Amino acid sequence: MSLAKITQVKAPALAVPGDDIDTDRIIPARFLRCVTFEGLGEHAFRDERTGPDGQDRPHPLNSEQAAQIAKDKKGVMVVGFNFGCGSSREHAPQSLWRFGFTALVGGSFAEIFFGNSTALGVPCVTLSKDDLAELNLFVQKNPGTEVAIDLEKMNVSAGDKTWKASIPASARESLISGKWDPIADLLEGSSAIEKTAQSLAYVAK
Amino acid sequence: MAKTLFQKVWEAHTVRQLPNGQTQLFIGTHLIHEVTSPQAFGMLRDLGLKVKYPHRTFATVDHIVPTNELKEPYSDPIAQEMIEALRKNTKDYGIRFFDTSTGMQGIVHMVGPEQGITQPGTTIACGDSHTATHGAFGAIAFGIGTTQVRDVLATQTLSLSPLKVRRIEVNGKLRPGVYAKDVILHIIRDLGVNGGIGFAYEYAGSTFDNFSLEERMTVCNMSIEGGARCGYVNPDEKTFEYIKGRPHAPKAADWDAAVVRWKSFASDPDCKYDDIKVYRAEDIRPTVTWGITPGQAIFIDEKMPALELLNAADRATAEDAYKHMKLSPSTPIKGTKVDVAFLGSCTNGRISDLREVAKYLKGHKVSPTVKAIVVPGSQLTAIQAVKEGLDKVFIDAGFEWRGAGCSMCLAMNPDKLVGDQLCASSSNRNFKGRQGSQTGRTVLMSPLMVAAAAITGQVSDAREIFKV
Repeated sequence: MSLAKITQVKAPALAVPGDDIDTDRIIPARFLRCVTFEGLGEHAFRDERTGPDGQDRPHPLNSEQAAQIAKDKKGVMVVGFNFGCGSSREHAPQSLWRFGFTALVGGSFAEIFFGNSTALGVPCVTLSKDDLAELNLFVQKNPGTEVAIDLEKMNVSAGDKTWKASIPASARESLISGKWDPIADLLEGSSAIEKTAQSLAYVAK
Repeated sequence: MAKTLFQKVWEAHTVRQLPNGQTQLFIGTHLIHEVTSPQAFGMLRDLGLKVKYPHRTFATVDHIVPTNELKEPYSDPIAQEMIEALRKNTKDYGIRFFDTSTGMQGIVHMVGPEQGITQPGTTIACGDSHTATHGAFGAIAFGIGTTQVRDVLATQTLSLSPLKVRRIEVNGKLRPGVYAKDVILHIIRDLGVNGGIGFAYEYAGSTFDNFSLEERMTVCNMSIEGGARCGYVNPDEKTFEYIKGRPHAPKAADWDAAVVRWKSFASDPDCKYDDIKVYRAEDIRPTVTWGITPGQAIFIDEKMPALELLNAADRATAEDAYKHMKLSPSTPIKGTKVDVAFLGSCTNGRISDLREVAKYLKGHKVSPTVKAIVVPGSQLTAIQAVKEGLDKVFIDAGFEWRGAGCSMCLAMNPDKLVGDQLCASSSNRNFKGRQGSQTGRTVLMSPLMVAAAAITGQVSDAREIFKV
């Protein structure tokens, strides 16, 4: 299986501020009543974007910039700390990716969300608290501005500013080598898998 | 070298190192349900792959099952489609399915332990973040995404990095009216909802030693609410006693060998931890959430925090929480009007939870302004409860008695809050919209506190209502 090597993402940015944004907010549970991931994109952050009266609420995903991202399928979401906490539902990163977001920059990410995103080829990089605040301010002042995430140099830049970024080494390696979907590597280990299975009394029988 | 249980289980299940530096980890037990597996089977078919070890995956249906409708086809065609997809997938690939007709269906985190599938020293993965529940048995158990469900189906392995281990010790005896639920809410309140990122939590100390397996499950269940993907308790005699005789437990001569093996996985007494936290059981009081994250919690007799007393990082979330919850800083939570009482979920839908509440509920009536439902987490729990006459106690008090499922924990089925109803809930998440209405409000608490709220129609101290 041949996948794109993801070394750089350069795309218009959209800030979705707030800490502890959970996966129920990213994609409410009622949209998990499905047997495919198709169509999830349009429901990203649905209950934050639409009021109980069915009217649009002020939300970054209702902006013109968001509409452009959805059209071009190219965008960087700038988020806060502990983004994607809660449920393990892959529907959450799937909905953001299908909306058009190809990378995320934040303060920290919940682990399961991070792993699910990486396996989709969506890098989630982190900045220090102060740098993130600076990026956030810049993006909010300059709607639709392009942000570049460089996974080789491990930095994020916007305008004439560049900040040092972090990502776990294994995720970085997977993305830049085009092996972010692990299935090919896992399948290669077939004989070693069988050996481990034999060594575990509760598995072998 | 002295090792933790986490390290021992990790080493025993390591297949090899992958080119990206992660470990290819063998997943001995894979649990699946109807919500996060259909797309994984779809990917498997697209790639032309088979299920490598069908006998190591077990399925049940829980999230979408209507608990007030026992006959199919369900009135909700999507629910029917999802259950049928799981029937087809498990049949096509030869996977054991604890379907609704088996009498063994239930929330996936209850079925594993009930069937004796959940065992010490094993790795358990499931496309569900509450998989840490199984850690109560000394297993390394964690939630995974759907692409990873595909990985486990196809290879019985995952690409993962090891976690650090934080030992969380609670010592002493809990005061009357204080439960395992209060312990974990207290821990999350203290360590924060992201305090556990990068860690497995090892729960220990005399309080945990004295806990039943069901109480340990309640605590492990909510590890993810504290940011920890996985939480566990070292296996002991209570663990073995719970497993013995269950359908998938080792039998005859295999049993003794299994117990020896299981014991060997427990953390060594002199092992090193990446962090240690210690709590005193007697300091913990009945705990309730007031906000929109499980860490926004207080003791029932405390006032909700003043914004200016919170650190800057927590303030914005707190402001958002007060607005959503329609509650005010520096006021008591006790006395807040409750519209719905939900007793159930993989956190607190077990037989011991139902017994404990039933013990106090006799002679009380649910407030006429409250809709109260009790949802046993599994069919076996429901059967046992009926055998003990617990259903009658709940029904006499004015609760609706339901079939097994996730129900109002996450509202993927007909049980949902309406408008801005406030729910006293024994579940695990108080996120905005979690219980099915985007303006709905959730207050997490122990089962007995839910019963107290149901009776009084307001957030109450169960110790006072029931003279505990």
